[in-house]
Amino acid sequence: MTKYTVTDKKDTRSGFGAGLVEAARRNDSVVALCADLIGSLKMEAFIKEFPERFTQVGIAEANMMGIAAGMSIGGEIPFTGTFANFSTGRVYDQIRQSIAYSGKNVKMCASHAGLTLGEDGATHQILEDIGMMKMLPGMTVINPCDYNQTKAATIAIADFEGPVYLRFGRPVVPVFTSEDQVFEIGKAWMVNEGSDVSIFATGHLVWKAIQAAEQLEEMGIKAEIINIHTIKPLDEEAVLRSIAKTRCAVSAEEHNRIGGLGDSIAQLLIKNDPVPQEFVATNDSFGESGKPAELMDKYGLNAASIVKAAQKAMQRR
Amino acid sequence: MKKEFSITELQDVATQVRRDIVRMVHGCQSGHPGGSLGCTDFLVALYFRVMKHNPSFNMEGANEDLFFLSNGHISPLLYSVLARSGYFDIAELSTFRKINSRLQGHPTTHEGLPGIRISSGSLGQGLSVAIGAAITKKRKGDSNLVFSLHGDGELQEGQIWEAALFAPAKKIDNLIVTVDVNGQQIDGSVEDVLSMGDLKAKWLAFGWDVVEMNGNLMAEVLEGLELARSKTFKGKPVVILMKSDMGHGVSFMTGSHKWHGVAPNDEQLGIALSELPSTLADY
Repeated sequence: MTKYTVTDKKDTRSGFGAGLVEAARRNDSVVALCADLIGSLKMEAFIKEFPERFTQVGIAEANMMGIAAGMSIGGEIPFTGTFANFSTGRVYDQIRQSIAYSGKNVKMCASHAGLTLGEDGATHQILEDIGMMKMLPGMTVINPCDYNQTKAATIAIADFEGPVYLRFGRPVVPVFTSEDQVFEIGKAWMVNEGSDVSIFATGHLVWKAIQAAEQLEEMGIKAEIINIHTIKPLDEEAVLRSIAKTRCAVSAEEHNRIGGLGDSIAQLLIKNDPVPQEFVATNDSFGESGKPAELMDKYGLNAASIVKAAQKAMQRR
Repeated sequence: MKKEFSITELQDVATQVRRDIVRMVHGCQSGHPGGSLGCTDFLVALYFRVMKHNPSFNMEGANEDLFFLSNGHISPLLYSVLARSGYFDIAELSTFRKINSRLQGHPTTHEGLPGIRISSGSLGQGLSVAIGAAITKKRKGDSNLVFSLHGDGELQEGQIWEAALFAPAKKIDNLIVTVDVNGQQIDGSVEDVLSMGDLKAKWLAFGWDVVEMNGNLMAEVLEGLELARSKTFKGKPVVILMKSDMGHGVSFMTGSHKWHGVAPNDEQLGIALSELPSTLADY
């Protein structure tokens, strides 16, 4: 299978921070807001270089979303930064009315998504955000897999007209995608071609899928891995093309199985080409405190779970 | 060059707008006449005399004043004022709240109605939006103002106070916020439902410049708005506490929360229209 080299270990939120500065250098309209989490969102570099284009809102996320909507009216491209929990659930109605229904060009950038937030526990570990955001008409939902991809995605969404939810995480994870990649919104990335099972992975689960595919290869199973970095709009063609070949699917995400990427794929398959699908996701539960790796193991979001899911999907074929 | 409307002319426009409101709400047998009628003089003054604005609408609104309606349920008022000031044909007012209309129950950008820059209806969001627009205006060197309107019941929403805290702290001084203090909300008087206490003291404590005016006397509305304008660009945001009568202009609707969200029947429409003579042509 395709070999991926881990060039570094970095957090995806740092990819956002780097991408934000770069997007701002390229486009004068890019502005940023934060709700008292500058360090966590890695926004220091942007603030240092563009202090007049930054607004510190304080711990008031609802106000932040409204202010961002207002800024977009005058032609600015606001990037809001806070934890994923406070970027979605806490401000859902503000996003729904002032941003989504109003069709505003606001980029909601959300760090510390999912279980890998770690020790802070379930209050902060949102596992429902993808579902909430993808249900909003006109919303684009992006969940990149490593530092480089997050940086590229951040730059790409500045050039895209419309509301975007960009989801990334806290922990340091392998960097394995190329530094100079061009991020194409809505276009899935073929990580590894295979013919026995399709693994559709997003976010931190893409690297786990690569590890799983290596184990599967040792068992003589050729797994196809597709990185669905854009959950909405879903690259339906890429999914269906892969399924036409493998006839079974695994979806893998750091999110509740209800409402996540797996649901989107299942709906697509049922309508077009019904094949067995297994879900690697949290099972309608909240998270808890712990180290990110421990949590990912406990909640079954690891390579071993993907291997098992792949075998099961193949058996059900 | 826009001609300046006299107080009498503004009052005539207001009377026609009130006719529009009552007819629109009657036409679809739904909507919110009470607050709409109470804020009519204010919005007519704003669009026909005070604000610099361009009815050949563009979303950005550079080099003009902007208005945001945060209490979106008084949409019939906004629609009538927009149509009567040339944003779209007054004939379209008859489609209010009906299927396939751009005049949705609550204002929205979604159907592309000229004059609307944000959706509102879920209360408490418009102050933040106005602040954002004001920040961008300043950042772009645009010295025009941002106006917003809110209900007093709406101030029970927490987001309002997040925004109220923010604007003075960040010296957003190109912003004139008006609160319609009619003392009524759906379930009864604001005092009974959830008393807002001393509103003036609250805004002052948050760091706002406060102007008070009677919202149903055109001369006072103009004075109040000019006074508010004179306080802009002095380091503080400005709030106008506008005392108004819910339902003003229609005797049987005046001063009661019962007409917050109820449409008149045919007979009531007749009485209301007899009290509001047509001053411009009906739609």
